[in-house]
Amino acid sequence: MQIDWVNFTPLSALLGGALIGLAAALLINVNGRVMGASGILGGLFSANADWPWRLSFLAGLIAPAIAMNAIGAPKPVLLAGTSTLIVAGILVGFGTRLGSGCTSGHGICGIARISPRSIVATLVFMLAGIATVYVVRHALAGAAS
Amino acid sequence: MKNLTAFAIGLLFGIGLLVSGMNQPPKVLGFLDLFGRWDPSLIFVMGAGLAVSAAGFAIARMRGKALVGGPLYLPEKTKIDPRLLVGALTFGVGWGLSGVCPGPAIINVGFATLPATIFFVAILAGMAVYEIFNRTTARL
Repeated sequence: MQIDWVNFTPLSALLGGALIGLAAALLINVNGRVMGASGILGGLFSANADWPWRLSFLAGLIAPAIAMNAIGAPKPVLLAGTSTLIVAGILVGFGTRLGSGCTSGHGICGIARISPRSIVATLVFMLAGIATVYVVRHALAGAAS
Repeated sequence: MKNLTAFAIGLLFGIGLLVSGMNQPPKVLGFLDLFGRWDPSLIFVMGAGLAVSAAGFAIARMRGKALVGGPLYLPEKTKIDPRLLVGALTFGVGWGLSGVCPGPAIINVGFATLPATIFFVAILAGMAVYEIFNRTTARL
C-alpha cells in the first residue's frame, strides 16, 4: 500500500466529518429523523411521505453548493463518462433503497447507534467500492495496456 | 417549525460534505483505491462524524422524543437479509464507478454541470425502479 500524502487532507476531513456528525445528531434530536440522504430523497416516492420536511432538508443540503457556485468556486469534476455515470447512478439509486441506506444513513447514523445491519451494510458497500475501483483502475487498465 | 429546523440541519450537512471533500470524486475514489495511491482522508471524515453522531444518538435515546414533538423514527428492521446485502453491494459498485454517494450527488446539482445533473437523474431513475420492484414483489 502506498499513501497519497499529496492529496491527504486530515484537518478538513476531521472538520467536515464533525459537521456531518453534528447534523446527524441534531436531526435525530430535533426532528426525530435519521439523517440518511438516500432515505430522505427516496421517501419522496411514497404517496404518504411527509414531503415538506424532506424538501426543506434537501433545499438546505443543496444551498451551500449553489452559494459556492455563485461566487465562482471550482466545480467538482466527475471523472466517469456519461454512460458510466448513468449506470452508476441507477445502481446507487436502486441499491441504496433496496439496502435501506447509504454512506450517511448506514455509515454515520447506523454505526453510531451500533446497528448490526448498518455495520454489515457499510462493510459490504465499502468492500464493493474498493473492489470496483480495483477492477476499473488496475485490473482493466492493466489488461488494456 | 420542523421544516425550518430540517432546512437548517440540511444546510449544516451540506457544508460538512463540502468541507470534507465528499463531493469530489477524485477524493472519494482516492480513498477507495486501496491498491493504488491511497488517500486515507475519508477515514477521518467517518471517524469524526461517528464520534459526534454517536453522542447525539445516545442523547436522543435518553430523551426518547423529538424536540419539535413526536417520536424518534428509528429503523425497525433488525434482520440481516438478502435485500440489505444485495442493496449494499449494488450501491457499492455504483459508488466505486462514480465516486459519488447520494448526499454529494444532491449537492453537486448545485454546481449546475451536465454530468452532475445526469448522475442525479440516474439516481432518481434507480429509485423509481426500486419502487416498481418493491411494489411488484410485495404482491407476490
